[in-house]
Amino acid sequence: MSASSTTPHQGTAGGARRRRRGPRTWLATLPLLVFTGLCFGIPLGAIAFGAVTTTDPARGTTALTGEHLARSLQGPYLDSLVGSVRLSALTALLGGVLGVLIAQAVVTSRSTALRSATLTASGVLANFGGVPLAFAFIATAGISGVVTRLADLGGLGWNLYSFTGLSVVYLYFLTPLMVLVIAPALDGLRPQWREAAENSGATGRQFWRHVGLPVLAPSLLGGFVLLFGTAFAAHATAAALVGGSVPLVTLKIADALAGNVLTGQENVALALGLDMILIAGLVMAVYLPLQRRSARWLR
Amino acid sequence: MAAMTPTPTRNTVEALEAAAAGEPAATPARTPRRSRPRPRVWRGAVLLLAGAYFLVPLVASFVFTVHVPGQGVTFTAYTELLAADGFTESLLLSLGLAAATIALSLLLAVPALVGVRIGSPRLRPVVEVMCMLPLVVPPIALVTGITTVLRWGPEHLSRTPLYQTFLAVQDERFPVVLVLAYTVLALPFVYRSLDAGLRAVDVPTLVEAARSCGASWPYVVLRVLLPNLRASLAGAAFLTLALVLGEFTIASLLGFRPFAVWIVSISGAQARMSVAVSILSLLITWLLLLVLSRAGTTPTAATGVAPTSRKES
Repeated sequence: MSASSTTPHQGTAGGARRRRRGPRTWLATLPLLVFTGLCFGIPLGAIAFGAVTTTDPARGTTALTGEHLARSLQGPYLDSLVGSVRLSALTALLGGVLGVLIAQAVVTSRSTALRSATLTASGVLANFGGVPLAFAFIATAGISGVVTRLADLGGLGWNLYSFTGLSVVYLYFLTPLMVLVIAPALDGLRPQWREAAENSGATGRQFWRHVGLPVLAPSLLGGFVLLFGTAFAAHATAAALVGGSVPLVTLKIADALAGNVLTGQENVALALGLDMILIAGLVMAVYLPLQRRSARWLR
Repeated sequence: MAAMTPTPTRNTVEALEAAAAGEPAATPARTPRRSRPRPRVWRGAVLLLAGAYFLVPLVASFVFTVHVPGQGVTFTAYTELLAADGFTESLLLSLGLAAATIALSLLLAVPALVGVRIGSPRLRPVVEVMCMLPLVVPPIALVTGITTVLRWGPEHLSRTPLYQTFLAVQDERFPVVLVLAYTVLALPFVYRSLDAGLRAVDVPTLVEAARSCGASWPYVVLRVLLPNLRASLAGAAFLTLALVLGEFTIASLLGFRPFAVWIVSISGAQARMSVAVSILSLLITWLLLLVLSRAGTTPTAATGVAPTSRKES
């Protein structure tokens, strides 16, 4: 009797709560959505709007134009975009290969201490970008740096404030990033798969062709793309290190914003920003599905 | 560094892998390791070279700060730091910005993510996309948008009350606009960290259980959910702190002077000190990471800390 009376009561309470809970939980997401809409959406809209419009200062009218975008793809601006893409691709490739080598060395060694030490260090070093990194390298390999003096790097034609120098510096945070990204994937290659392949009569080459690399490929490509995006967006290191001697799109944008070149370049800066967002968006459009794909196999 | 192969399976596996040599990317270095006689050589060489590459700049920077050519060893770069012009102000500004950013991003993200878990699963993709989108926009691009928006203030809004808001956000002493921008930048990392933490906890069951025991909603959130999320909250806070302390691009282009901008501004006159500060900031980051990994013993903390933080910006 008591059971039959309590059950419907609980049911209605639960039902009532569910009805109240719907709108309430929906409200919990509202601040976040409003915030991103305002603080992220408006600047983003301003970039897109400013990049494709021009305002006549005399009459105050605004008209659509492709001029800024066209200028952002010409002359020194195009050079800077190409320079950024080149630097990012090169460092992402090198960092990717080195990261895989280090991760493989750590994963195959069965020392847990070495493993956790490397992963912790990678976590820290991947975050050691920006200004401090630039100064550490200036102290190490700059004109009067410690290693430069000790090893007479200057005599060997070494120059930190160049494309090569910048690549070496970028690898300092890109390689650990790759270690972090790829170590779980290398861990996820199960020995059972190799045994299964072998039992089915596959050669090692066939195993890698049809099992190993397909499973690793999304992680490898995803890692490369992530490194590319990180290097592409990097500004602080380059700004503190080379100033303007290497053409990079981030440095060009900073110049245009600071009015170091000509006034009235703001819209070109916006157009360059839009170019960057498009390239980075492309990168992420490749990366996120890849990450999801590799997550399917490697868990 | 155990090179022993405990089981026969392991041997066949390694033989298989050895045969697979010559494949691109992941495999080239495997060949030497797999040939039995020198299994440690390849691994040792890689780790040694990597160790050298990553340690040399740190050691050399330290030598640079304490050794003055022709004068010998001196620690003045460190001792004069506290008295240096602008050091305390910029550090305090950065720490204040970091605290505000952490508070704001957690206040925004925690309710949203918990809400999505408990009762609005259909909003989940929306929240995820909103949180991950800032990854697509490099900070330098974001700052072009922000300067444009800030310029609207004087140009279009000088007669409206909004103008005062525009001025207040750009207050030199505490630039709120930086907090807003940093929160946007931090959202992807905060989201990932919290999402990983929530994934490890059965939120609906916990909430049902607590509610059945008569707990009020604030009690459920504060005393049941948040303690379970401690590790990922710490992870999110740490990543945000690291991001804000190292952030240079947005602050310098908007004309403010937090820590990273200050380091650059003194580098010309006091190179030694700027390097000393750089080393210290690495040590502080390292220490924070250790504290964090101690605080959250679960692997969720590691996933929160590890990947893709983009302090470089």
